Amino acid sequence: MLVDVKTDTAIEVHDLTVAYRDRPVLWDVDMEVPPGTLLAIVGPNGAGKTTLIKSILGLVKTAAGQTYIYGKPYTAQRHLVAYVPQRGSVDWDFPTNALDVVMMGRYGALGWFRRPGKRERALALEALAKVNMLDFAERQISQLSGGQQQRVFLARALVQDAEVYFMDEPFQGVDVTTERAIVTLLQELRAAGKTVVVVHHDLSTVAEYFDRVMLLNVRRVALGLVAEVFTEHNLSLTYGGRVSTTAGR
Amino acid sequence: MSAQLEVQLIAIVIAAACAIPGVFLVLRRMAMMSDAISHTVLFGIVVGFLITRDLGSPWLFAGAVLTGVLTVSLVELLNRTRLVKQDAAIGLVFPVLFSLAVILISRFAGNVHLDTDAVLLGELAFAPFDRFELFGVDIGPRALVVGAALFVLNLAFVIIFYKELKLSTFDAGLAAAFGFVPGLLHYALMTLVSITAVGAFDAVGSILVIALMIAPPSAAYLLTDRLPRMIGLSIGIGAGSALAGYWVARWLDVSIAGSMATITGVAFGLSFLFAPERGILATAQRRARQRWEFAEQLLAMHILTHEGTPQAASELHVEHLNQHMRWAPWFAARVVRRAVQNGMVRTSGNMLALTERGRQMAQHLVPW
Repeated sequence: MLVDVKTDTAIEVHDLTVAYRDRPVLWDVDMEVPPGTLLAIVGPNGAGKTTLIKSILGLVKTAAGQTYIYGKPYTAQRHLVAYVPQRGSVDWDFPTNALDVVMMGRYGALGWFRRPGKRERALALEALAKVNMLDFAERQISQLSGGQQQRVFLARALVQDAEVYFMDEPFQGVDVTTERAIVTLLQELRAAGKTVVVVHHDLSTVAEYFDRVMLLNVRRVALGLVAEVFTEHNLSLTYGGRVSTTAGR
Repeated sequence: MSAQLEVQLIAIVIAAACAIPGVFLVLRRMAMMSDAISHTVLFGIVVGFLITRDLGSPWLFAGAVLTGVLTVSLVELLNRTRLVKQDAAIGLVFPVLFSLAVILISRFAGNVHLDTDAVLLGELAFAPFDRFELFGVDIGPRALVVGAALFVLNLAFVIIFYKELKLSTFDAGLAAAFGFVPGLLHYALMTLVSITAVGAFDAVGSILVIALMIAPPSAAYLLTDRLPRMIGLSIGIGAGSALAGYWVARWLDVSIAGSMATITGVAFGLSFLFAPERGILATAQRRARQRWEFAEQLLAMHILTHEGTPQAASELHVEHLNQHMRWAPWFAARVVRRAVQNGMVRTSGNMLALTERGRQMAQHLVPW
C-alpha cells in the first residue's frame, strides 16, 4: 500500500473519484477526519456531497481511490458505522411503525437470519426516548410529521451504537425545535468521542453547529477547522460568485 | 376427494401462494412486473418444449423460470440506459417475448396442446384430471401438489429472509450498507415470482396469476399498517376470493378463473371503500368531521376577536354570521347549533357569546 493508513483516524479518503460516464461527480477528493469531530460537508447542488458519503459506504461504484474507517476498508468496519440517508429516500407509506424502523438499526449487528428480540426492542425504545419520540413508538410512520420522521431516522442511527455517523441532510424540512434537539444530540455524540459527518445546507449555522467543515464542489475546496477554512474566499471558490457565511442558504 | 373439492383446494393454495410474493411486489411498486413475468414465462415453456419435445419435461419449468428472470433483467437493463422509463420498459419487453412465444407455437408446435385461451385463463375445471403419482400411488391432482409446494416455498422464503426482505424493501440503501446485498434479494424475489407464475399458470392462467398476486395485497395494504398482518391478510383475502369465486362461477355457470379474478377485484373494491382508516368512506367521514370542527373553531375565534369591540353588536348577531363569515345561512345555523351543543358557545337572544370552555379553546388556538 502506497499510502500510510492511520488506525487512529476515524475517516480517511484518498484520491476518491466517482464518475457518471465521463462526467466526474467527485474528483480526486482527499479527506482525513480525526475522532470526536462534528464535520459539515457543504457545497452547491450536484457538488457530490451525497455521493461522497455513499462511496465511503460502498453504495456507489468508484472510478478510483480508497476509503478507510479507522484504518480498514468499510466492509471490514460496518459495525463501526451508522448511516442516516435522506428522509425522502424511503417510502414512508410502508406498513410499519416508528419502533420497528428504529429496530432496523440493529439488523446490521444481528447479521443474516437472526431476528430482533427483546434486547433490540429495549435498545430501540431507549433510542426513541433519546430523541423524545417514545410517545410515538407505535405510530404508523406515515402519520408522523417531517421532523418526527427525521427523529426516528436519527434514533435508528443511535441504536447502531457506532463510532462514525454519516447523516445526509438531517435538518431538511424539520422545525426549529427538532433542529435544536438534533444538534444537541450530535454534540453529545462528539463529546462521547464519536465522529459525525453531516451533509449540510444552511451556511448560516455552520459556525454554530460544527467544529470542522469540508467545502466541496466536485473537487475538495477546503477541509479544516471552521474558524480557519470557512472563509468568504473559500465559499466563493465553492459556490462561485459572492456568498456570505451569514447570508443563509 | 371429489373433483369439486379438489378444484376448490387447488384454487385456495394457489391464491395463497401468489399473495405472498405479491405483497413485496406491491410494496416495491413493481406490480406490473407480475403482468410481464406471467406472460413471458410462456416463451421459456415453448423453447423448453421445442428442445425436449416433451410437455412433461422439467426443462420446460426451468426455461420458464429463467425467462421470468430474463424479463426482469431486460426491463432493468433498458431502464438503466435512462432512455426508457420503467413502466415503458415493461411494456416493451413482455409483448416481444410473449409474441415470440406465440409465433414459435404457431410455426413449430401448432398441433401441441398449448392453446392461447388456456394461457390467459387456465383450465381449473380440468385440473383434477391431471394426477400426480408417486411410486404408482395417486397423491392428488398435480396442480394441488404444485400449488401446495409453491405456498410452502414462498412462505419459507419470506419467513427465513423476513428481516432482510423488509429492510431492503423499505430502505435498500441501509440494507446495502449493512451488507445484505439487496440486489441479490431482489433477484431471489423475482425468481420466486417467476416460479410461482409458472407453477400457477398451468392451473389458473396468466390473468388470474396477476389478479391473485396484486389485488389481495393491495386490499390488505389498506386494512393494516403492519407488514406481518398485511402478509396474513393477503393470504386470507386471496384464499377467500378464490373460494367465493368458485361458488359464484358454479352459481352463474361461468368461467371459474374469470369469476375468481373478478372476486379479487371486488375484495379490493370493498377494502377501498370500507377500510376502517384509509378507505374512501372513512376518509370522507373524517373530512366532514374536520370541516365541522374547523367551522366551530372559526366561530369561536370570530367571537373572541369581536367581543367587547364597537362592532360586536353587528358581528356577533346570529343572523349576520352568513354575511361576516360568508357562510350559507343553513351552514351558519348548523355551526352555531353544534357549537352550542358542544358547550363552546351560548346564545342570549340573537347574540353569540363564548362559554368559559369555548374561550379556553379559542385562546389555545392562538399561540401568542
